[in-house]
Amino acid sequence: MYPTDFRYTKEHEWVKLDGDVATVGITDYAQHELGDVVYVELPAPGTKVEAGQAFGTVESVKSVSEIFSPVSGEVVEVNAALSDHPESINQDAHGAAWLARIRASNAKADLAALMDAAAYEAYIAEQQEEASA
Amino acid sequence: MRYLPKSDAERRAMLDAIGASSIEDLFAAIPERFRLKEALAVPGPLAESEIIGYFRDRARETSVGYSSFLGAGVYRHVRSVVADALLQRGEFLTAYTPYQAEISQGTLQWIFEFQTMVSQLTGQEVANASMYDGSTALAEAALMAERLTGRHRLAVTRSVHPEYRHVLETYAQHAGLAISTVGYAPSGRFDADALRAAVTPETAAVVIQSPNFFGSIEQVAEAAEIAHAAGALLIVAIAEAVSLGAVRAPSEADIVAMEGQSYGLPPSYGGPFVGVLATREKFVRQMPGRLVGQTTDAAGRRGFCLTLATREQHIRREKATSNICTNQALCALAMTMHLALLGREGVRELAEQNIAKATYARSRLEVIPGVQRIFSAPVFNEFVIRLPRSVRVVNEGLLRDKIIGPFPLGPFYPELTKCGLVCVTETTTREEIDRLAGSLERILASETNDAAAAPRTAGHRA
Amino acid sequence: MSDQQIRKARSHVNQSEDLIFERSAPGKRGMALPRLDVPAVSAAEALGADLTRDDVSGFPEISEIEAVRHFTRLSTWNYAIDYGMYPLGSCTMKYNPRVNEFVARLEGIATEHPYQPAELAQGCLRILRDLERALLAITGMDAITLEPAAGAQGELTGLLVIHAHLRDRDGHPRKKVLIPDSAHGTNPASVALTGYAVENIRSDASGQVDFEELRRLVNEDVAALMLTNPNTLGVFEERIADVAQVLHERGALLYMDGANMNALAGVVRPGDLGVDVMHLNLHKTFSTPHGGGGPGAGPVAVKKILEPFLPVPAIVEEADGRLRLDTERPKSVGRVKAFGGNFGVLVRALAYILAYGPGIRQATEDAVLNANYLRAKLQDAYDLPYSTPSMHEVVFSDARQRKNGVNTIDIAKRLIDYGFHPYTTAFPLIVHGAMMIEPTESESREECDLFVDAMRSIAEEAATDPNLVKSAPRSTRVGRLDEVAAARKPILRWKPSE
Repeated sequence: MYPTDFRYTKEHEWVKLDGDVATVGITDYAQHELGDVVYVELPAPGTKVEAGQAFGTVESVKSVSEIFSPVSGEVVEVNAALSDHPESINQDAHGAAWLARIRASNAKADLAALMDAAAYEAYIAEQQEEASA
Repeated sequence: MRYLPKSDAERRAMLDAIGASSIEDLFAAIPERFRLKEALAVPGPLAESEIIGYFRDRARETSVGYSSFLGAGVYRHVRSVVADALLQRGEFLTAYTPYQAEISQGTLQWIFEFQTMVSQLTGQEVANASMYDGSTALAEAALMAERLTGRHRLAVTRSVHPEYRHVLETYAQHAGLAISTVGYAPSGRFDADALRAAVTPETAAVVIQSPNFFGSIEQVAEAAEIAHAAGALLIVAIAEAVSLGAVRAPSEADIVAMEGQSYGLPPSYGGPFVGVLATREKFVRQMPGRLVGQTTDAAGRRGFCLTLATREQHIRREKATSNICTNQALCALAMTMHLALLGREGVRELAEQNIAKATYARSRLEVIPGVQRIFSAPVFNEFVIRLPRSVRVVNEGLLRDKIIGPFPLGPFYPELTKCGLVCVTETTTREEIDRLAGSLERILASETNDAAAAPRTAGHRA
Repeated sequence: MSDQQIRKARSHVNQSEDLIFERSAPGKRGMALPRLDVPAVSAAEALGADLTRDDVSGFPEISEIEAVRHFTRLSTWNYAIDYGMYPLGSCTMKYNPRVNEFVARLEGIATEHPYQPAELAQGCLRILRDLERALLAITGMDAITLEPAAGAQGELTGLLVIHAHLRDRDGHPRKKVLIPDSAHGTNPASVALTGYAVENIRSDASGQVDFEELRRLVNEDVAALMLTNPNTLGVFEERIADVAQVLHERGALLYMDGANMNALAGVVRPGDLGVDVMHLNLHKTFSTPHGGGGPGAGPVAVKKILEPFLPVPAIVEEADGRLRLDTERPKSVGRVKAFGGNFGVLVRALAYILAYGPGIRQATEDAVLNANYLRAKLQDAYDLPYSTPSMHEVVFSDARQRKNGVNTIDIAKRLIDYGFHPYTTAFPLIVHGAMMIEPTESESREECDLFVDAMRSIAEEAATDPNLVKSAPRSTRVGRLDEVAAARKPILRWKPSE
């Protein structure tokens, strides 16, 4: 379910590094919790972001979730297809529905602070347990 | 008490069911020392007939029987008993905000119709379900422009209603929005050169009103050009909505903030009215207020529901586009019904009647010796005249003839002392206009004569 | 229960009706204007062709009878208080007396212009003054403004007053406002408009503000605490006087959101509890009609020390007893709305108060009685997350029904089939799956019993036939609507088909 070449945040973003460019999205767990996504708001390319800082939002009919950047750097591209097809986040959160590509300025350190797939799966299991308690 | 559907025996039985020995038990959470021991000092109880009597007595202490030439943002227009009877149906009057769409389709559909009619009238792409009034709609439009542009200055023309500007200042002061004020030209329209000079790369929006506070119809396209050249938005305020039946829609505007009172709502000593906010489709996510959208149910039947609610306070809380919750729904319904009854022909005819009355009134007043026209731009149903005497003093004379005269501009515009704003609508008869002209002429003639003789006793009301 | 067995309601035929634009045909109209008694002028001639428009394209064209049927048909698709109980928690959907509508429409009341001279407005000003006095008696406060157009604008006004007072007193307004996690969304949104930061304060196990947490949080950066009392759980904040003391000791103020004043009127006065500023929702406690979402009125009452900061204009009484509007208030926060308050709404609220007089206490008692009756009759069928005593409303949760896949929204929708408007769903946020029920004093014992029967029957359905509940409502013109599609591709207006 959760690709092993991704890293994950506690706020349920994933990040995948290719060279110094980090592709960022929200996890399948996050899209499931959010329900049907109706709107995505993303920054303009060129925007500087800090690791841990909110840089966009994902909305369902009755909720808004902020997206926190897993890395520091500069946004180089956002997924324009999402403005017409926000539902693709519900269909393919780890693939076609990536949100942004960020040229990371300190990728190594940023990624070192994140979870790998196994740790993330354990983390969400814990979250689910808490919710049903 | 007639509004309460319980007998004392029923109250006792319900207390028994709860297991309480007395009603006091249910208030035990309120510390004893704070609970009131004595009856409230409020008048009543009154029977229905006594309540009516109280209000009839108050109604006698007002302007009934006078002819009025006041406008200045609140207008007397024809209304229909049809609309008033329909909106008093309990299903409209006593329903809540249509959050439960399946049993609120009536409200949702008329709001959708309202949004459509407002868009058509204002030449905008979308409109919301209403704001409190024109002044707060303008303030919200300014905050919206700030969010859309990320800029923090407004260029506001002085010919925008002074009370709208005052409300705008109240809202802007804590939003970090600085306001530069732009003067008006001898035509009575905004001073285009001054506006051009006031607009900078920090300007979020240019704010004009049309027809403006002096009744003059503004050059909306020119204001748009000036705003857009600097990357700013154009906000057009409209206080007299009836003008839109004949005056070109401000389609170059990015946001229109309008008072809808003229279409179907009485002056009611200042409210409740209906604020209208309309804009371009691409700006809708920064729009405050409720929106109704069209959709379908599982069986494919058309229906309507509140939509894009994530903009609103109940979801986004401190990050919402506004704090507005309750708006002016029933007033928006009155406007919707009124517009439906007037229809395509009626809105046009109504506007043209107002223009005709203003044309006639000017022709009667501006020929009176001493009365001067001061602005040259075309007007809708209001215009400014300069008198040789203080407007207040003249108005006291008119009151003796049972006429409420022009609105004095001096308190808002120190350079316009002795100037008054005259408003006529389709409800003003030719006979009333003639009576105003006759009375004014007599007063001015006699005042010229007595002025030297006996100085007036001062001390009249503000 | 099968739908045929439901006692309170059964379905009947109602008329279909298209959008008004779809009913339109060229050349029809529903209203005649008075004959023009001055020479006709064409718009283009008077204003110039560049300032005039063609007809409003797409505008409706229908006759009077068609308009009457159009809106009458639409009206029958709504639920209303006039039909039955409307138990929306925190909304106070009570009876809207018809005499209020009558007096608001009188000539001399509805017809008056806000700029007419004070000597011709004494009747209007007297109404405002009488309402001010009554509301001050009910709240125990010292001064009041009737200007705000609704509760949220009242909140904004109250916060502006606090801001101006602190700046006047200390030279700076402080930085943040504390808001309990159970608060209505308008509170944080209003705070944001005044430039203050919002800091949330959690509720304790009893559902009240965590007092120890409050002591920790109140410092010289805190301008005020905004407290709804009773809070959105329907619980009276028992330590409110201590809360006020903590705030006052540290130079902060207590703002009370009076949305739930229906639990207090005539029984306790916020002014006696240490409240410095509060707003009232006249469309809740004082019976002015909700009208599908307004108009409302949100007067703000304050203690003496805050009076100079209230919005302009203020009503003042001259030595001879005459009233006038005063705009010369140098410390005022300004104007929050043009032309003063929503006068027509204020008229209705005064008519309501006059009908009760001091007997308004009985309304409060009945409101609290009804809520506690529903609680007693339903607490074995639904989970009660806070057992603290209820005032005018009670909050259950869907915890038991959720085990069968039925949530608060499903139960709410099923209530529609039983002939009731749903309660408030999913609020307050601190209760997962909240079901917030406020019957108000307007419900008879019979209506309360029918509601109890409906809720108990739905609880049973949720256990035995959950799909029946999840597929509700079944009796309405339209079923649950596709809100996702509405939000993804918004259609916000009608357009002519091409």
